Amino acid sequence: MMSDEEVDRFARDLALEAEAGGYHTNPDREFTRGLVRGLLANLERYGYISCPCRLAAGNREDDLDIICPCDYRDPDLADYGACYCALYVTADVEAGLSTPDPVPERRPPPAERRRQKEERAAVPGARRYPVWRCRVCGYLCARDEPPEICPICRVSRDRFERFM
Amino acid sequence: MAMQHVPGVDHGRVILYALSTCGWCARTKQLLADLGVGFSYVYVDLLAGEERDRVVREVERWNPRLSFPTVVIDDAKVIVGFREDEIREAVGA
Repeated sequence: MMSDEEVDRFARDLALEAEAGGYHTNPDREFTRGLVRGLLANLERYGYISCPCRLAAGNREDDLDIICPCDYRDPDLADYGACYCALYVTADVEAGLSTPDPVPERRPPPAERRRQKEERAAVPGARRYPVWRCRVCGYLCARDEPPEICPICRVSRDRFERFM
Repeated sequence: MAMQHVPGVDHGRVILYALSTCGWCARTKQLLADLGVGFSYVYVDLLAGEERDRVVREVERWNPRLSFPTVVIDDAKVIVGFREDEIREAVGA
């Protein structure tokens, strides 16, 4: 069992890292503390911080997509204002300007995940994702939407343009 | 079976499939307790081996995405996620 100090230290480090990269952790401290406790419990039993709100298989290969921050965080932030477990929230939610919607599970069921894995191996990423360019610093990223904040120069999403 | 029962007013057979580490599962469990509803719950992540496989298949039958919390009422009504209004309505409390 981890101590309260351990939990608070981990939560603080997460929050600092998040802010440095243009992300925000949930300002509800008690709720966030519970999630961090879950992350640390998973670290202890699986060896990696898999999502506290998802059932881990217990082997890294099968759980790669749900190791926090998960593959689904950014699209969920864009669509719902929070990630699935709500550890991460958008700037508006952090500031209390909006409340996040409940986030439905975006992770595909097991059979679909296996199919997608084969597809990833067969189809190059360039044909699966658009590339966005930060018009301020030139940062490029291949994903469905640009990030909320440029992780390099910290300008907002609307400063990105479609590059490819 | 590692199903725990929380005594309360009978609003049908209420089962909560949950994860011990999940904040939304905790809120759902707390809501059911606050409503005074009798219910059973199981932390699927704490199960192992055949028992876990069996409960996983049970959850998948109600919710193919195998996400948590999943609440099943009277083997008929399924609520996925912490949807407070839906849960209140479904247990009639």
